[in-house]
Amino acid sequence: MTEITDTPLPERPSLNKMFRLQWEPAQKAHVLLYPEGMVKLNQSAAEILKRCDGERTIAQLIADIEQAFGEKDLRDPVMGMLRTAFEQDWIQ
Amino acid sequence: MTQPTINPPFWLLAELTYRCPLHCVFCYNPVNYDSIKSELTTAEWIRVMQEARALGAAQMGFSGGEPLLRDDLEALVAHARELGFYTNLITSGVGLNEKRIAALKTAGLDHIQLSFQDSTQEMNDFLSSTKTFELKKKVAGLIKQYDYPMVLNVVLHRHNIVHVDKIMDMALDLGAEYLELANTQYYGWAMQNRAQLLPTREQIVAAEETVKTYREKVGKRCKILFVVPDYFEDRPKACMNGWGSIFLDIAPDGAALPCHNARQLPGLNIPNVKDHSIRDIWYDSQAFNVFRGDDWMQEPCRSCSEKEKDFGGCRCQAFLLLGDAAATDPVCAKSPQHHVVTDIIKQASVAPETTQRQEHPLVFRTDKNSRLISESVGATPTIRS
Repeated sequence: MTEITDTPLPERPSLNKMFRLQWEPAQKAHVLLYPEGMVKLNQSAAEILKRCDGERTIAQLIADIEQAFGEKDLRDPVMGMLRTAFEQDWIQ
Repeated sequence: MTQPTINPPFWLLAELTYRCPLHCVFCYNPVNYDSIKSELTTAEWIRVMQEARALGAAQMGFSGGEPLLRDDLEALVAHARELGFYTNLITSGVGLNEKRIAALKTAGLDHIQLSFQDSTQEMNDFLSSTKTFELKKKVAGLIKQYDYPMVLNVVLHRHNIVHVDKIMDMALDLGAEYLELANTQYYGWAMQNRAQLLPTREQIVAAEETVKTYREKVGKRCKILFVVPDYFEDRPKACMNGWGSIFLDIAPDGAALPCHNARQLPGLNIPNVKDHSIRDIWYDSQAFNVFRGDDWMQEPCRSCSEKEKDFGGCRCQAFLLLGDAAATDPVCAKSPQHHVVTDIIKQASVAPETTQRQEHPLVFRTDKNSRLISESVGATPTIRS
């Protein structure tokens, strides 16, 4: 799958229209719902995906997350998560 | 004995009606559907959805029969969406005009899965015993127009598997983002027509090769799923991800089923949503508990290292092929009855088309045939091996 890994991430990522992000009380977690399936998300993944609104740039998104978590240097983990999300087609 | 942990249901499938404008020879609806009347009302469906959602179900399918035959479909979808379900409509497309798709969009419908019987008008119309091909193409256009991902489902069998390439071309032409090539599963009407529908091993191998070539060519534009018919595998499918594990099917009359075909299994005390809450049905009913965990298993399943993986396969298949719903699914090469399946495959490869046609003419899914079959076998499907 190297060809996919090399594809640059979208400039302003947005959730793929097949997916819906929502809080599931029964799972006590945010989940991504898609045709006939579901992915349970951890808190940081959910916070990142919530900000994939097609308006924020990746740089803005990282700054946002750093502010929300009160931490610096979150670029690498956020980029890692976005890469995974892109390879899974969660974002476009 | 392992006491099974009961997780909440994840999938609620609402089979809104057994009525259908199509007469597909591979339909998985019960062959005696015509004797099952008195569909749930809108209010009853809403209660079912509320209770299943409260337990934790997140996915909801509207299916049938043809769900568009219910004129409260839009209202039910709106309720489901309000409750937080991800809503899937599983349809033949017949009855989906622009007015209805617009209303479904407003109601919040998330996803439409459109079925095609084949890539050509002749075969599509023959296999569904209708004239629907052009209409389905029009519906595919509407689905795109209303910004739904295009998910096509085509059921494969020996009559159309030979031109799986043309089916994929059609799907790409229509702009499909997902194509599910689902080989026929032999239950219900498909079981009646198995001798006519079962492909040969050579056909399957060739089709898989063709699909592989297309996948490489098409890349991310369209995701092509090819579901191998389980008769040709040497391990059974993890049917329903385990009995009473994630899947809750409500039939048109309110019967709550652990799978679409559970109605036919003997000894099952099938609860109805008109008499019981979804919570009682899911956690406490005999029907949903009978094949949970592994206490019910026989050898070779009981001591098998893979029992957590495939749960012994499909209970309905064990019953249909062996007459014992608790037996190891004979698809499994470890089953002492595996020869039942290999014999069926052998017959498929040697029997000339013409002889088969004469011995087992295709039985189309019609009300009349449903009545005839129910009368002749006392509402139990015929068991052929």
